Amino acid sequence: MSAPLLQVDGLTVRLEVRGERRPVLRDVALTVREGEALGLVGESGSGKSMTARAIDRLLPRGAEVDGSIRFDGRDVHALSGADLRRYRNQVAMIFQDPRAHVNPVRRIGDYMTEALRTNLGTPAAAAANRASDMLSQVGIDGGARRLRQYPHELSGGMLQRVMIAAALLTEPRLLLADEPTTALDVTTQAEVMAILDGLRREFGLAMLFITHDLELAAAICDRTAVMYAGQIVEVRESGRLHDDPLHPYTAALAAARPDITRAAGRLRAIPGRPLSAFEAPPGECAFAPRCPHAQDACRAGVPPLSELDGGLSRCVRAHELRGKLGEPANA
Amino acid sequence: MPDSDRADVLEVTSLRKEFGDLVAVDDVSFRVPEAGSLAIVGESGSGKTTIARMIVGLERPSGGSISACGQDRSRPARSLADRRRRGREVQIVFQDPYTSLDPRQTAEGAIDEVLRLHHGWPADRRRARVAELTGLVGLDERQSRALPRALSGGQRQRVAIARALAAQPQILILDESVAALDVSIQAQVLNLLADIRDETGVSYILISHDLAVVRQLTDTTIVLRRGQVVEHGPTGQVLDDPQHAYTRLLRDCVPRPGWKPTRQLAQASAEQSTADKEAPRE
Repeated sequence: MSAPLLQVDGLTVRLEVRGERRPVLRDVALTVREGEALGLVGESGSGKSMTARAIDRLLPRGAEVDGSIRFDGRDVHALSGADLRRYRNQVAMIFQDPRAHVNPVRRIGDYMTEALRTNLGTPAAAAANRASDMLSQVGIDGGARRLRQYPHELSGGMLQRVMIAAALLTEPRLLLADEPTTALDVTTQAEVMAILDGLRREFGLAMLFITHDLELAAAICDRTAVMYAGQIVEVRESGRLHDDPLHPYTAALAAARPDITRAAGRLRAIPGRPLSAFEAPPGECAFAPRCPHAQDACRAGVPPLSELDGGLSRCVRAHELRGKLGEPANA
Repeated sequence: MPDSDRADVLEVTSLRKEFGDLVAVDDVSFRVPEAGSLAIVGESGSGKTTIARMIVGLERPSGGSISACGQDRSRPARSLADRRRRGREVQIVFQDPYTSLDPRQTAEGAIDEVLRLHHGWPADRRRARVAELTGLVGLDERQSRALPRALSGGQRQRVAIARALAAQPQILILDESVAALDVSIQAQVLNLLADIRDETGVSYILISHDLAVVRQLTDTTIVLRRGQVVEHGPTGQVLDDPQHAYTRLLRDCVPRPGWKPTRQLAQASAEQSTADKEAPRE
C-alpha cells in the first residue's frame, strides 16, 4: 500500500477559553489515502469540525497544537507564505452554510475565480471559462450568466453546488467537506451528494466527509471514523459500521436513531448528553459514564485505539463485546 | 384506536394563504382527533410552517377555516380573554431552542409566567406544578433554575416543551422541534413526547422533513408540495407504499444502509427543484 495522502498522528489541540486552556481534540489519529473517502461522524462538540480546521490550518489564534499532520509526506505545521497557499489549493474545504462563506456583495464569478487568478496566475478570461465549465459539471447551466449573478440570486442547493465547483477549480487532491448538505432539503441533499460523489471519483479526489449522519457517511465513504469528546473512538469499513460496530458508542448512536421502516415502542436513547473534550473525565474512557457496558476496567485509564478485525476501536472490552453490539435497533 | 372513534380537536378545511401573487397554502384540509398525531411533511417552501402559523394565530388565513376545540380561529381574537383561551388550546414549540426562550428568564420563571397568565393559581400551587412539569421533561433542580445560556440545546428544547405544556393545551404543534438536536438527545425527547401524550392525551401536529421521526411519533401523515396536499393517509401506509411520485422521491432520498445517491435521484430532484424553487427566482 502506498503512503497515505494525509496522515494525522497524536493531534491534540487546546484553545484558551476565559484564561483557561481547554482541550478540544485529544490524540486524534487518522489517515486518508489517495482517492479515498473517509467519513468523520460525531455529535456536536465531538471535535469533527475542529479536526478539519486543524488540517486546513484554520484554527483560531492562540490554539496550542501537538502532534503531527503530514500531507503528501510534508509537515503541514511547518508551511508558511507561498507554501501554505499552495497547500490550501491542494486541500479545498466546503462548509455547511454556503451563505456564511461567500461575500454577498461580490459576484459568483469573482468568488469562483479568485484562487485561480491570485494564487495560480490564471488570466481572468481563461479563469472565467474554466469556472463556467466547472459549473456545467455540477449541473448548473448558463455558466456565463451565473458568473455575473450575486449569491442572493441562487437557492441554497445551487449555491452549495457553486461552492463545490469553486473548490474543485484549483484541482485539489483532498476535499474537506464539513456537513455540506446538512442545511439542504433531502432531495437537494441527494442531488448534491450524487454530484460530489461522481466528481470525486472522476477526478480521483480524496475526501474527508464530516457529518452527524451515520447512514449518509456509510453511503458515500469507504471508511468511517466516529468521534466522541475530542477523540476518535472507532474506524471501520463503512459497510460494516452499522451492523457490526466495534465501539459501544457507535452501536448506541445507530440504535438511537428512529427507523423509517417501522415505529419502535421506545427508542434506545443514550442516557445523559454528549460530552465535549474538556468535560470528559480525565484518565478513563470518555464514554464510560453513558455506556451500558462500562465496568471498572473502563475507568482504569484512557483506552488506546486498538486494531480489531480490520478496524480500530478505543474500547477495552471491544474483544469481549464482539458481535454483541450490533443488536437490532429499537425493540 | 381508529381515528373515527375519537372527537376531533382540530379541523382545518380548505385552508388557503396568499402572499401577494404567491399561493403558499392551497386548499389544505385535515383533522386531528383527541390524543392523535398528524405529521405535515414537505420541503422548504412547501407551506408547512405557514399552516402552523395560521393555526396558532400568527398569520391570518386568506380563505378556509380552522376550528380548534370546536371554536373557530380563522379570524383574529376579539378580546384578551379570547386570545388567552386560544393560547390554552394550542401551543407551539419552534425549531430553534436558542432563540425561542427569553435569555433573562430561568426555566422555572418561564413556566411560572404561563401558569400565572393562563390559570391564575396561587403561588404554592404554581410551584408544585412547575416542579411537576420540569420533572416530566427531565430537567433537574439546577437546570430548572438556570438561565438559557447555561443550558445545552436539548435542555433548552425541554424547557420550551415544558413551557408549552404549562398552558395545558389540547394541541401541541412541534415545528421541526427535534431537528436541531443531536441523535442521542433526539431519542430522549421523542420518548418524552410519547410519554407525555400517553399521560395527558394531548394531540400533536409534527412538522418535519425527517421521515424516520415522522414514523416514530405520528399516526397520520400529509405530504405537502408547493402548498398543496399530494398525499394523505396513515403514516405507515404513506411511508411503506407511497402513492404519489413526490412522496416516493422524498422517501428514496433518505440515506439508509445500502443507499447510494444516484444521478437518477439527482435528476428527479433537479426537476422538482427547477419546478419548485428556481422558477420564481428567474
